Amino acid sequence: MTVAPKREDYDVVVIGAGPAGLAAAATSAEAGLSTLLLDENIGPGGQVFRAIASTPVTERNQLGADYWVGADLVQALRASNAEVIHRATVWSLDRNLEIAVSVGGASAFVKAKRVILATGALERPFPIPGWTLPGVMTAGAAQTMLKSSALVPDRRTVIAGQGPLLWLLAAQILRLGGRIDRILDTTERGNYFAALPHAFAFLASPYFRKGLSMMREVKAKVQVVSGVTELAASGDGQLAGVSYVAGGKRETIPADLLLLHQGVVPNVNLAMAAGVDHRWDDLQLCWSPVLDASGNSSVAGIAIAGDGAGIGGASAAVVRGRIAARAAAEALAPAAAAKLPALATLRSDLAKAERGRTFLDTLFRPAPQFRIPAGDTIVCRCEEVTAKDILDAVAIGATGPNQLKAYRRTGMGPCQGRLCGLTVTELMAQARAKTPQEIGYYRLRAPVKPITLAELAAVPKSEDDIKAVVRG
Amino acid sequence: MTKNVDAIVVGGGIHGCSTALHLCLAGLKPVLIEKDYAGRHASGVNAGGVRQLARHIPEIPLSIRSMGIWEKISDLVDDDCSFENYGQVLVAENEEELAVCRARVAELNTLGFTHEELIDATELRRLVPAVAETCPGGVVSRRDGAANPAQTTTAFRRKAEQLGAIVREGVAASNIRQSEGLWHVDVGAESFAAPVLVNAAGAWAGTIAATLGEPVPVETVAPMLMITSRVPHFIDPVVILRGRKLSFKQFKNGTVLIGGGHLATPYQDRNETVLDWKSLATSARTVFELFPVMRDATIVRAWAGIEAKMKDDIPVFGPSSRHKGLYHQFGFSLHGFQLGPGAGAVMAELIVNGGTQTRIGDLGIDRFYSPTL
Repeated sequence: MTVAPKREDYDVVVIGAGPAGLAAAATSAEAGLSTLLLDENIGPGGQVFRAIASTPVTERNQLGADYWVGADLVQALRASNAEVIHRATVWSLDRNLEIAVSVGGASAFVKAKRVILATGALERPFPIPGWTLPGVMTAGAAQTMLKSSALVPDRRTVIAGQGPLLWLLAAQILRLGGRIDRILDTTERGNYFAALPHAFAFLASPYFRKGLSMMREVKAKVQVVSGVTELAASGDGQLAGVSYVAGGKRETIPADLLLLHQGVVPNVNLAMAAGVDHRWDDLQLCWSPVLDASGNSSVAGIAIAGDGAGIGGASAAVVRGRIAARAAAEALAPAAAAKLPALATLRSDLAKAERGRTFLDTLFRPAPQFRIPAGDTIVCRCEEVTAKDILDAVAIGATGPNQLKAYRRTGMGPCQGRLCGLTVTELMAQARAKTPQEIGYYRLRAPVKPITLAELAAVPKSEDDIKAVVRG
Repeated sequence: MTKNVDAIVVGGGIHGCSTALHLCLAGLKPVLIEKDYAGRHASGVNAGGVRQLARHIPEIPLSIRSMGIWEKISDLVDDDCSFENYGQVLVAENEEELAVCRARVAELNTLGFTHEELIDATELRRLVPAVAETCPGGVVSRRDGAANPAQTTTAFRRKAEQLGAIVREGVAASNIRQSEGLWHVDVGAESFAAPVLVNAAGAWAGTIAATLGEPVPVETVAPMLMITSRVPHFIDPVVILRGRKLSFKQFKNGTVLIGGGHLATPYQDRNETVLDWKSLATSARTVFELFPVMRDATIVRAWAGIEAKMKDDIPVFGPSSRHKGLYHQFGFSLHGFQLGPGAGAVMAELIVNGGTQTRIGDLGIDRFYSPTL
């Protein structure tokens, strides 16, 4: 059963029940603040701990020990007084901390004294020729099916890209008896050298041991091609083959399923629509919100925790969630905040959790040719705009993503730029010899997720309407 | 160093861009100064209505002049601006509203204007098949239509620059002053001087006018719009309601734009607006009631553009009442987009010829200072 929020006002509203949101809501409630956790999924966990309370996968080592950490977080939340609503889509947040949320086909408005955004990450677009063909999907989508329904690929499957999640997914698929024909690793050779100076911190991090054993496990069972410098999907209305270049040699292999992944980036849509300032992150190659050490954004009362604050991984997300909730408690209930874990302790936990991150970011920095497409490759899937279309618009005067809308409808479809925004910024920056920061990003608008006209029409009347009726 | 030009146009909306373009066509060299980028505010994000229908009488001659330009818009700016003219229809939802429509059309006819035509229920249903059966008629202006506002403003800006206008975007005009018969304006480290200054700064124009000693009753407003996902084609003309705040337009790609003048809260200094969803819900309810075909559509995006609204809802257009060489072109009060092409042409005539054949006398800034007020 889905229920609307019980109140109209809360001390703290947390948006997203992944690692950061779970930790933030539990901490906030522990401090005695009236806390509402709104989450879009059917259960807690976000992407990392997806279906943590409901997965049909019971053998623990198949999903890995890290996955089951989520169960403790869920337990802590359930033991608290936080109000939790799942299948709740927040579609608007503004600088007055008014939140519009859709639950069970009806929208409600709530107001918060503090908002903690824990909207997590999205997969980075991977715009190669043919990436819009049926049969090509993101690794994240494959992982969602695996975690929530134990579904794994059984047809000819190719995984292409790079990053820790790619290896994790490959291991999970294999453990559940799925099929992988080949892995095409697009990590640039030069990245290994660039990452070397950061290797010491990485060696001391938990990523190192786990990552290495996972890669070993996968490589024992699947042919891995490294140093892939070109990649294209082909087929007539359906994926039929994947062609690639590695070591200067081109090869085409038949495939029914291509899973693409080149890392994750902050999911910024709700924060940007609320007016939060963001900056281009040159290392992670994405937009990250401008935050202080407690996660507070440029909009008073809005804090951001988890990967939405800049990619840091699940362990860091948990700590960032606690830090943001602690800051909210300090502002709203200082006496209660004093009983929470000390800020110094949390900061040192965070430093530990973030160890090795620079190494990973440097090693898995996606190569330019996989971020900035050329020619007929589709950039904006909603409106079918190609890289060449965008370059043509730049040539006759389009200066940035918002100006581009006057030429092409990029970013104006239902995805609101989630699948093309970074590509458009980087493509225009390259074409105009500017930095992505100078080029900027789409101005994002509510509703950040579409709602039906019928649902909006059913929103309770405003006082003005009632007065208008009375006036007749 | 100061650069001398023929005219300084402050504001890169449809009006500033159109005036700059028409000054170029008249052989002058203007500079166009825009603090953000051309079309950043109301001119680029309005509903795109190209409408003579239901206008205030003092601005009808300017609107008619503009319509003539719209019909040949490609010739002027080398861009079709996505202009289409399937007419605009004002719907009366009951007999009382239809009576108001009848009186309005009769009044216009007396004044010699024939662009508005009274229609009965049958003709209304022919033009707008999806409208609720209870509506008894309305008014149509058959040459009206709509265009893409961002595309249009961008096209005017681009053409003006091609014809020799200097365009400065991203830095606000500052330190506006007059000395020895010339207007001086700073743009960052640059400085421009010209005998003519056009104040076309939209929501920011009232401040400029006041600074130059001509305060006017103006407020900053942000009318809200929302757009739906694609739905099957069901309507050609733009539809507006007589009695309720609603305008409605389906584009070629199937998306439907819903507007009508409900206001967001503008935060002008930050270039931001905060939407009022409860008012947008009122628009959604009206569409829901009148167009059952729309009930399953989804709202994809909503926004509001910042602009100036005059107390009497008609623009300030024409020469200053105080300063030689100063011209005002602002305060279009939620209905300036259609007027843009014509207003630029007329403004260029005022500047170059010292007069125009188009009747604009009631729009002058001096209306706020006349002793009869």
